[in-house]
Amino acid sequence: MRASLILLRAPGLALLTLGLLVGSISPLAFAQGASSPEEASSHQQGSSHQQGSSHQPDSSHQPDSSHSVAVRGEIVYPVAGPAIVDGVVIVTDGKITAIGTSEEISIPADMKVLQAAVVTPGLVDAHTVVGLAGYLNTHHDQDQLERSEALQPELRALDAYDARAPLVDWVRSFGVTTLHTGHGPGAVVSGQTLVAKTRGETVEQSVFVPAAMVAATLGDAAKGPDQKPPGTRSKVVALLRQAFLEAQAYSTKQKHAPEDKRPGRNLRHEAMLQILAGERPLLITAHRHQDIASALRLQEEFGFRLVLDGAADAHLLLPEIKGAGVPVLLHPSLARPSGERENLSMTTAAKLHEAGIAFAFQSGYESYVPKTRVVLFEAAVAAAYGLGFEAALEAVTLSPARILGVDGRIGSLEIGKDGDLALYDGDPFEYTSHCVGVVIEGEVVSESPR
Amino acid sequence: MARPWLRNPYLRLLSLLSITLFLSPTGHGGAQEAGESPTLAFVGARLLTMDGPEIDNGVLLVREGRILRVGAAGTVEVPAEAQVYDFSGQVILPGLVDTHSHIGGGGGGDSSAPIQPGVRVLDSINVRDSDLRRARAGGITTVNVMPGSGHLISGQTVYLKLRQGTTIENLLIRDAEGRPTGGLKMANGTNSRKDPPFPGTRGKSAALVREAYIAAQEYQDKVRRYADDPAKLPARDLGLEALGEVLDGKRMVHHHTHRHDDILTVLRLQKEFGFRVVLHHLSEGWKVAEDIAAAGVPCSIIVVDSPGGKLEAREAGFETGAILERAGVSVAFHTDDLITDSRFFLRSAALAVRAGMSRDGALRALTREPAAMLDLGERLGSLAAGKDADFVVLSGDPLSVYTKVLQTWIEGDKVFDRAVPEDALIADGGLGAGNPSSATLHDGCLAEEVVR
Repeated sequence: MRASLILLRAPGLALLTLGLLVGSISPLAFAQGASSPEEASSHQQGSSHQQGSSHQPDSSHQPDSSHSVAVRGEIVYPVAGPAIVDGVVIVTDGKITAIGTSEEISIPADMKVLQAAVVTPGLVDAHTVVGLAGYLNTHHDQDQLERSEALQPELRALDAYDARAPLVDWVRSFGVTTLHTGHGPGAVVSGQTLVAKTRGETVEQSVFVPAAMVAATLGDAAKGPDQKPPGTRSKVVALLRQAFLEAQAYSTKQKHAPEDKRPGRNLRHEAMLQILAGERPLLITAHRHQDIASALRLQEEFGFRLVLDGAADAHLLLPEIKGAGVPVLLHPSLARPSGERENLSMTTAAKLHEAGIAFAFQSGYESYVPKTRVVLFEAAVAAAYGLGFEAALEAVTLSPARILGVDGRIGSLEIGKDGDLALYDGDPFEYTSHCVGVVIEGEVVSESPR
Repeated sequence: MARPWLRNPYLRLLSLLSITLFLSPTGHGGAQEAGESPTLAFVGARLLTMDGPEIDNGVLLVREGRILRVGAAGTVEVPAEAQVYDFSGQVILPGLVDTHSHIGGGGGGDSSAPIQPGVRVLDSINVRDSDLRRARAGGITTVNVMPGSGHLISGQTVYLKLRQGTTIENLLIRDAEGRPTGGLKMANGTNSRKDPPFPGTRGKSAALVREAYIAAQEYQDKVRRYADDPAKLPARDLGLEALGEVLDGKRMVHHHTHRHDDILTVLRLQKEFGFRVVLHHLSEGWKVAEDIAAAGVPCSIIVVDSPGGKLEAREAGFETGAILERAGVSVAFHTDDLITDSRFFLRSAALAVRAGMSRDGALRALTREPAAMLDLGERLGSLAAGKDADFVVLSGDPLSVYTKVLQTWIEGDKVFDRAVPEDALIADGGLGAGNPSSATLHDGCLAEEVVR
């Protein structure tokens, strides 16, 4: 019990777990050349474990190099299709290679088998600051917000993500395998976000979308600290419009000005241009209905890809959001109803679902305690407040994968997708159930119940 | 008791109408003469009495705000004239008791000094705050409202029943002498460490507390010695009087403490001065569970979704309740609202069960145990004859995420009803629900209560 309370990584324990996989080592996995960046990432992961084992010369355990495992569930929720009673998922070299009932699928004799009451895709936290905001409320542990300037889209999450942050392990222990994390709300444009798996010891091992979105904020939270501008909602929007226009002018000059008069590279303008070019969405955190409306207005003016974030008042603007075709990363169900979020409702998820608006759950940003919420619980509460089990599960797996543009790789249990799975000993949303196993790309990263 | 909310002319009219109906010859007769309250019978529900085994199909009789009888259907006769409420298929639990809450926006001492035992939180609470309505929506019937943890001693706490009412007097729980009940809030660790005159170290923190209690001992001594000598009798000192009540065991210390060594420091001071104490929060309580058990000190813990925030909470987890329970410590939960939401108080118990606490222990930790920690065990915490008729009606198992609080009753009055739209708005959220003053905009159950 005490050991389970130690949150810091214990490589020895991880190796012990890996040691259980001794029988299934496939030397071929390392011999194969990486044919895609994704594969390269997963192979890096494998080699890091090899290095790790050299620190334990007396260990007879070998690292898991196969990244292959069979997962059997009394009920398996692929999310992409109907639930499978007595289902089996086979993960080979990190990818799902078979899924079906235990009668349809034969498990290779030498393959490690995990078993649980309920198996789901690994959970996807649609928006968090874990890895940038550490678990201590001290300056040195908080990298999600740089307040020196109002707009800094050039700040890369990649340059700040701490893959070893204790909170990464914490959320993973509940079944979260993918995080969309990065710069948080609190400045007009605070910086970029990334998408990472909740494993790996370096940012390169963890991250698979290095620049996912650019985070912006409208409303009170975007106002400057200590009387610094912007001081009003209108000014916040004016600054954003100005930034887009300046980026466009920069682009025009770069393209059309004589070579000696072309401006030097400007990272800020480049980042705004990438948004305008549709390379990545602008994630706008807006809670009040008038701020949500402003976000939609900006999107209409500049034509960028918009993802609404937070959106406490979304239930007041369902037709407008639906009409704009904009997805919503909904505030945590358990967020406190105060300030700009005073109108939030635990039934909003159900209303978005009913309206046919794409949405996903997030753990959000917490300034005090808890230092992070757990997206599993946010989905659970919404499930209980009208959304229902299957829609809630989708909104914490496939739906965020789609909104993040990574549904080709994660979010559901389908052949060819990453072998990311979460195992539970009962209804995953019940408070008293436990996450009893987490698999990322075929690697069993956690087997201690939580 | 006066009903100040009847100042609202509309409600007053409704109330007069209902009284007129009540007295009319065609109204209820028999035992329900004016001035005598009817017997209420709650039937059909599974009763988790916290006073013996669960009763599958129970009968709960209530009269004059107290529980008259509790038992299985067939063993308790429902009087013919009783108002019957059928809760078949539902679950009734004693009203939840929250040992540590900050609802109502109250505060204690200011920034002038680290030790301010003379300050009372009851002088600062906004009982119209929507916080209180959310607490009722969570099934909470009794709270210990605390001043903050930014002082070694931040002031006197107050125990409240979350009755419908528009003044703090309507909500107070009074002792036999008619005085408001409450404890004393103390804290150690990092929250109370600041620039002077606040302490800068843990050692200084303990030294200041010792000085304060020694001053209180000397004050008490002088008051007793010179009781008949006005010339030598010390001037009244409200702070030292409050500390004296603590030394006499009349006022419970509610002590914020996180790190294992800070917890042991509280136990050390408790031993030196002999006060009665409840330990609160206890992020690292699991490290010193045996020491706490040996000291016989009860613990009220918080369950938050992740560890950290501050260094002393970095090893907090869901397991604290289970470990303390196994060590034999009396355990309660608290919301620390606004840290956790009062509407989800049951969830704290459920997450502790997830981490190994017994189901029965976790439910007692929401009811019986906290009632005892507020010295209200005689009146609250279980469904038993003679106790206050404070209870919560649930749609299902108290530990399930899918369960909703349907109704909350205090002393025989319904204070929350999910079937009333204004109350459902508070329970679920929505336009206007989080506005601090929404209690004055929507009277919800209150309006229904008066009409009834």
